[in-house]
Amino acid sequence: MSNGDLRDLYQQVIMDHNKKPRNFRDMSDANHLAHGNNPLCGDVLVVYLKMNDDVIEDVSFQGSGCAISVASASLMTEALKGKTMAEAEVLYEQVHKQMTGEDVDSSTLGKLEVLGGVKEFPARVKCATLSWHTVHAAMESEQDTSVTTE
Amino acid sequence: MSALDILAIRKDFPILDQQVNGFDLAYLDNAASSQKPVQVIETIADYYRQDNANVHRGVHRLSQRATDAYEASREKVRDFVNAKSDKEIVFVRGATEAINLVAQSFVRPQLNEGDEILISHLEHHANIVPWQMLCEQTGAKLKVIPMTLQGELDLSGLDDLLNEKTKILAVGHVSNALGTVNPIKDMISKAHAKNIPVLIDGAQAVPHMAVDVQDLDCDFYVFSGHKMFAPTGIGALYGKQDLLEDMSPWQGGGDMILSVSFEKTQYNELPYKFEAGTPNIAGSIGLGAAIDYMNALGIDRLAKHEHDLLVAATAKLEALEGIRIIGTAKEKASVLSFMIDGVHPHDVGTIFDQQGVAIRTGHHCAQPVMQFFGIPATARASFAFYNTMEEIDALVDAIKKVQELFA
Repeated sequence: MSNGDLRDLYQQVIMDHNKKPRNFRDMSDANHLAHGNNPLCGDVLVVYLKMNDDVIEDVSFQGSGCAISVASASLMTEALKGKTMAEAEVLYEQVHKQMTGEDVDSSTLGKLEVLGGVKEFPARVKCATLSWHTVHAAMESEQDTSVTTE
Repeated sequence: MSALDILAIRKDFPILDQQVNGFDLAYLDNAASSQKPVQVIETIADYYRQDNANVHRGVHRLSQRATDAYEASREKVRDFVNAKSDKEIVFVRGATEAINLVAQSFVRPQLNEGDEILISHLEHHANIVPWQMLCEQTGAKLKVIPMTLQGELDLSGLDDLLNEKTKILAVGHVSNALGTVNPIKDMISKAHAKNIPVLIDGAQAVPHMAVDVQDLDCDFYVFSGHKMFAPTGIGALYGKQDLLEDMSPWQGGGDMILSVSFEKTQYNELPYKFEAGTPNIAGSIGLGAAIDYMNALGIDRLAKHEHDLLVAATAKLEALEGIRIIGTAKEKASVLSFMIDGVHPHDVGTIFDQQGVAIRTGHHCAQPVMQFFGIPATARASFAFYNTMEEIDALVDAIKKVQELFA
């Protein structure tokens, strides 16, 4: 039985990013992209990256999903812009730890801390991690690649 | 027809009497799986306490009792769907296995490249994928009866779809995603007029209505136990005896043989030819107990109460702002699929759960139906006879909570 409070999950920041997702657009000059797919709930998204050497110069996404997955993707694009791949990987790990209930130094997360609400809702962790898995796959591969979570 | 005493019935389902997240549980996910009455639970427990042994083998007392109970259940299933003979009832793992069995043992040997298998747009994946696999194996083509915006089958082109290349029509009795009751009797008669055999996927029908395979004249009828108050892992295939006689076994092993040598194996008679290995004995006996339970209450009375719930829930949802009901067929059973404007069904499911309301959110293993409506998923409430009008109110309250949160 989940004791999670809905307001912890659906915080204002999440609701705002769901309604008005940031960097929600196609990217014609992307040099990395990956498709993410959660067949369980039908969430699908594409993450576009423009890498300049090691730096994420631009990142955007498109797709459809629940409030948690859309907000997570939107927050992610904001957080990753300008980061190096190494910094992005660290952030990816921190976010993942937070969502699965491990101790994380919240100062490293910034706004992404709101995603921690999902840890009380185990069935929803996959929704929040989909975009992160997808960007991870995009960084690793130059080709059009895809990941599936369920 | 006297009304059901729902509160008395609910006492038979101990699982319903619990709180979830501080609310009384409203279990409205019956199309996914139903709950089990104590009569079924105790029958299974008694079998393991008193009679457990392998069937059709030992001369000892326990084996005889287990065999008698197993075969008595087969007779209950026969009576439940009004088959002519026990030989026409094969115990399987569920509707999915039964469809695979018919695809591989009945249809496959007759298929040539370019032949056609006809299904409908409303099908559950269980009645799509086995046929697609068969098409890949043989070069046959999968044809699909289209659907309408109401969620009914569009039968205007059926005459052309049923043609000399069609080797089987496989269609659901009731849509699990939308609740549509298909006019299968008419479809069966049209297929038979062209000598095309018909399989009916009855998984979503048997919990909600009386089924008479002789009256329908279908060639195969399949269903799962767990959607009709019996355990998971058990179901039944009905097949006309002459068709089953001509079919090769589905799996090989013990119990499906009369004699085995390294030169030649002689297969057992019906229905054992299709029941290789030690079967799900306890599950079969549980299925028999579930049939007894439904019969004692009266399937027509159960159906009437469920219909009342569906009508009431539909009216209440229609009265709400911002709700779109998906699937508005004239004839429906048990299922109410819907969308809440601006809210993804997955969020709906989580918020409902926080209110103790259990529904299914997702594509319901019917992705082509979702694609037809251009949506990734729906929220689906599905009713059983133990549900109450109060639970419909809990559903409405949960919807209001979602709308408040996402306002």
